Amino acid sequence: MRTLGKLLRTSTFRFAAVYLLLFALSSGAILAYVYWNTAVLLERQTDDIIEAEVTGLNEQYRQRGLDGLISIVSERSARSRDGLYLFTNYFGRRLAGNMDSKPEEVSGKSGWVEFPYTVHAPDGAEQHRARAFHTQLRGGFTLVVGRDVEERLQFSNLIQQTLFVALAMIAALGLAGGLLMSRNFLTRIDSIGETSRNIMAGDLSERMPVSGTGDELDRLSLSLNAMLDQIERLMTGMKEVTDNVAHDLKTPLTRLKARVEDALRSNSPEQHRAALEQTLSEADDLLKTFASLLSIARTEAGEARTGLEATDITELITELGELYEPLAEEAGGTLEVFAAQGLQVTGDRQLLAQAVTNLLDNALKYAVWDKDDGSHPELVVRLRADRQGNDVVIDIIDNGPGVPEADRARVVERFVRLDKSRSKPGSGLGLSLASGVASLHRGRLELADAGPGLRARLYLPVSQSVSL
Amino acid sequence: MFSNAQHQMQLAPEDSMRILVIEDDRDTAMYLTKGLAESGHVVDHAADGEDGFALAREAAHDVVIVDRMLPKLDGLTLIERLRGEGVQTPVLILSALGQVDDKVKGLRAGGDDYLSKPYAFSELLARVEGLARRTQPDAVATKHTVGDLTVDVLSRTVTREEQEIALLPREFKLLEYLVRHAGQVVTRTMLLENVWDYHFDPQTNVIDVHISRLRAKIDKGFDQPLLHTVRGAGYTIRADAR
Repeated sequence: MRTLGKLLRTSTFRFAAVYLLLFALSSGAILAYVYWNTAVLLERQTDDIIEAEVTGLNEQYRQRGLDGLISIVSERSARSRDGLYLFTNYFGRRLAGNMDSKPEEVSGKSGWVEFPYTVHAPDGAEQHRARAFHTQLRGGFTLVVGRDVEERLQFSNLIQQTLFVALAMIAALGLAGGLLMSRNFLTRIDSIGETSRNIMAGDLSERMPVSGTGDELDRLSLSLNAMLDQIERLMTGMKEVTDNVAHDLKTPLTRLKARVEDALRSNSPEQHRAALEQTLSEADDLLKTFASLLSIARTEAGEARTGLEATDITELITELGELYEPLAEEAGGTLEVFAAQGLQVTGDRQLLAQAVTNLLDNALKYAVWDKDDGSHPELVVRLRADRQGNDVVIDIIDNGPGVPEADRARVVERFVRLDKSRSKPGSGLGLSLASGVASLHRGRLELADAGPGLRARLYLPVSQSVSL
Repeated sequence: MFSNAQHQMQLAPEDSMRILVIEDDRDTAMYLTKGLAESGHVVDHAADGEDGFALAREAAHDVVIVDRMLPKLDGLTLIERLRGEGVQTPVLILSALGQVDDKVKGLRAGGDDYLSKPYAFSELLARVEGLARRTQPDAVATKHTVGDLTVDVLSRTVTREEQEIALLPREFKLLEYLVRHAGQVVTRTMLLENVWDYHFDPQTNVIDVHISRLRAKIDKGFDQPLLHTVRGAGYTIRADAR
């Protein structure tokens, strides 16, 4: 009962009901027209025939007199299949015709009558309806000319019945169709509801059902699914971070704790001091990692997007080049800086600087290497900013060992470090942050082979004011 | 962490400051009070915003350290009220919210410097001392002298023992910041913020390299080094050799 109530309350059912009403009305109108065209016209046709016959018989009577009329009526009575004739004298006695007696309905001078009469068929008597016109002739004679209209009446009834049955069928079918449609709609809505409840209960992998017809419900489901994809990505990212934090912060914390415990057991002040200093530096590293994680989370949540403003990339790259050039020299290499004039994006200067310095740090850290033959190629890092189509591209190119193609996607993930021994300093967050900053600016980070070396490229869409 | 012995002993009595710490977390307040006292300063402590405001409005302190989230009266409101009453004591804001726009909010409220948690005590000390110095008249001086080194901010020239030293623009800016804070410890983050205007911690030792270049230009070939590294904290420029 509740389901039916739910069904009747659906908007689809209400639409169906309204359409059903309109359709029933128009069907009724069409059927009424058909009825009128058949039944009423048939009746009129009968009347016309009777009138014509009466006129004809009157004419005969005038020309040929009583005997003539009697003989014609007798002849027609014998010949006609459905014609009814009666010719009586003043006393009501039959002079000619195929009717037994004058029907009671016949009275007055002349006019139309309808009456029942008995047909003597071979298989017994039958009651039929007849329609007739009676005229009083001079001398008290009465002429009744009629037709058996039983068939026509039956036909009319049939049409009437058909009309009602058709209307009833339309109503029933419409109602059933409406219910069916509503149920179909309701089933799909219910399954969307069910899916949402499952998702709320924690199963984020579920998706709204899509029937494949591309209808409005499908479109709704598709946009909901796109939203769910995004939510799932964010949740997975979040979970990944939590896992990684758990792993990558626990390890140094455990080490730190062990060192402190060890120092507490020892009695030497030198050892205490050494342990404290190591602890401090480890805590600093942890804090840096933590700060980077927060920055990444913030950029990925898109929270910082509101603070974006016109940022001069040419200036930024020149400055950063100047900042890092001594460091490259210190590492025994060179930093070549090039920035095309007038590069501007809508961005966050601090975050962009952080992304670029992370990439520069990486280049300086990982591009120093020994070849198999023991030779030691001189480190050359190139920092370039240029315009490419609608993007400002910032390249950080080194001539180090590069990153194998298979690892390039993975290396952008948080805490991923290809250096398994983790002997070089770093948190494994630099590329993640750079990538996060790029997406915050609706751009992207691309890693490619610089042959030899690695090319990290930041694509940043040009700010509107410049592209216009 | 606070046993920055070298730093604390160099403090002359006239450099001792009266500092107000407004911080609700007992442990943090205790560490701060202890560390600042060990560095030779006199410290008052308030545990909530209202008490802190009452103490700070007396304007008897050289520097006020305010935690951003405080019971009773929020840190930013406290600063706004202080400024509203015309109290110009320099304020250092401490906060767990470390993003650039949080800093901007803090500075707009009337704070003079912003330090996000977690911070190193050496960083805090350097900033507190930097703030106190900023209110002193020589902060706007156009000529700074440290030992036999003279930095003329207007003509942008650097001389030592009558010899002119050629510096690149950025190196000059770096030196200018150091001499403005002569005798104080200046941290790497402070340098990156004030000389380069980058508000994040670099992963590598970029600042060290710039300092060593500057050092090569101003100290190399002279008997007395002026630019010193303070271990675990940063750098300082001063004339007295130790």
